[in-house]
Amino acid sequence: MRESTIMKIHYGTALAAVALVAVHILMRMTMNFADSLEYETVLANYKFIPYAIMLELILVLLSIHGFNGLRVILLELKQGRTYEKAVSYGCLAAMFVLIAYGSRTIIMTNMGMV
Amino acid sequence: MAQVSDVADNQYSRTKTLRIARYNPEKDSEKQFMEFSVPVEKWTTVLETILNVKQHQDHSVGVRYSCRQATCGSCGMIINGKPRLACFTKVSELDSDVVTVEPMNNFPIIRDLAVKFERLFDTHHKIKPYLDRDDTELESDAKEFLQSPEELEQYIQFANCIKCGLCNSACPTMATDSSFVGPQALAQAYRYVADSRDKGKDSRLKIIDESHGIWRCHFAGSCSQVCPKGVDPAMGIQLLRGYMLGFKS
Ligand code: HEM
Ligand code: SF4
Ligand code: FES
Repeated sequence: MRESTIMKIHYGTALAAVALVAVHILMRMTMNFADSLEYETVLANYKFIPYAIMLELILVLLSIHGFNGLRVILLELKQGRTYEKAVSYGCLAAMFVLIAYGSRTIIMTNMGMV
Repeated sequence: MAQVSDVADNQYSRTKTLRIARYNPEKDSEKQFMEFSVPVEKWTTVLETILNVKQHQDHSVGVRYSCRQATCGSCGMIINGKPRLACFTKVSELDSDVVTVEPMNNFPIIRDLAVKFERLFDTHHKIKPYLDRDDTELESDAKEFLQSPEELEQYIQFANCIKCGLCNSACPTMATDSSFVGPQALAQAYRYVADSRDKGKDSRLKIIDESHGIWRCHFAGSCSQVCPKGVDPAMGIQLLRGYMLGFKS
């Protein structure tokens, strides 16, 4: 992928995350902080489909943004063909693993499996 | 009255300590500072104090210079911690009794204050620093390429670059990313992309759109702080990004 395409995605995911995290915080402010962390409240959140979809979106956006950011840091730290390939594919793989693991939590909770 | 001002002028005349970083990569394991006392007038430049040392105290000090008037870009070095041109920096403006000179950061040292410019020239060359088009003004029946004052305004500030490398020396990304194009070359990429006579925009943007290209600038802005010619490479980089993000065409 062209570097400019990657960076458009990087900036885009950051902007979208700002919007979604704002919604996320506003939703949490509908009750006091301790209550919002009650076991039942948390489960209810995951079961409310629109909210669960939003959490999933935040997970995807910030994983893409965060791991691309990590790739950038690592590329600037050290150079070399093999190293740079390993960094790029390593970050991509780690991103998919994190998204898969997070999605598993969201989906399982949503479907009442915990 | 004339006498009074003479006295005031003479009061400035004094000796200062010049600390020169000495390093020969073939012999030394690390940089070492040598101190010299140098006579200084109000108008004495740092380059003049170094040349004074070479002439009267230690001729082996390695330094590169040529024009002595901020035009050739040869005499860049770190003076009291900041990248500056030695010929364009007066000792009096440093406001310090000790003047410390070191070779520029982010450049391999040849000896003492002289550094290798290969990477700077390679990256400069890479962005095609010339008008890129098939026709030429030189053909006998061709007309010169006209340009309005407004079109000139778009890039003329960036055409003042003297390739001194101070910006590359100040850039934090240059310090760790050995493949980064650097602010000097990026500013020159903008200089030609923004020139209405140039037709090489697409190919030039492609050259800097890679993993060690323009996107590795993180807006530190130190390049523009140290440029002695008012080029503002940081702004050039953001303007170039404007083209690449679709805000400009
Ligand atoms: C939602 C708010 C956020 C915004 C607006 C944002 C914005 C940005 C921007 C504009 C950059 C590019 C900086 C540059 O090129 O110098 C960046 C880089 C980066 N971001 Fe974010 N980001 C946000 C959240 C996050 C989060 C939550 C993480 C961690 C998961 C993260 C990790 C990174 C990393 C590792 C970099 C690379 C470091 C760098 O380039 O300086 N960001 N971010
Ligand atoms: S942009 Fe300024 S600091 Fe950089 S090389 Fe050109 S003249 Fe020197
Ligand atoms: S000697 Fe030419 S720029 Fe300083």
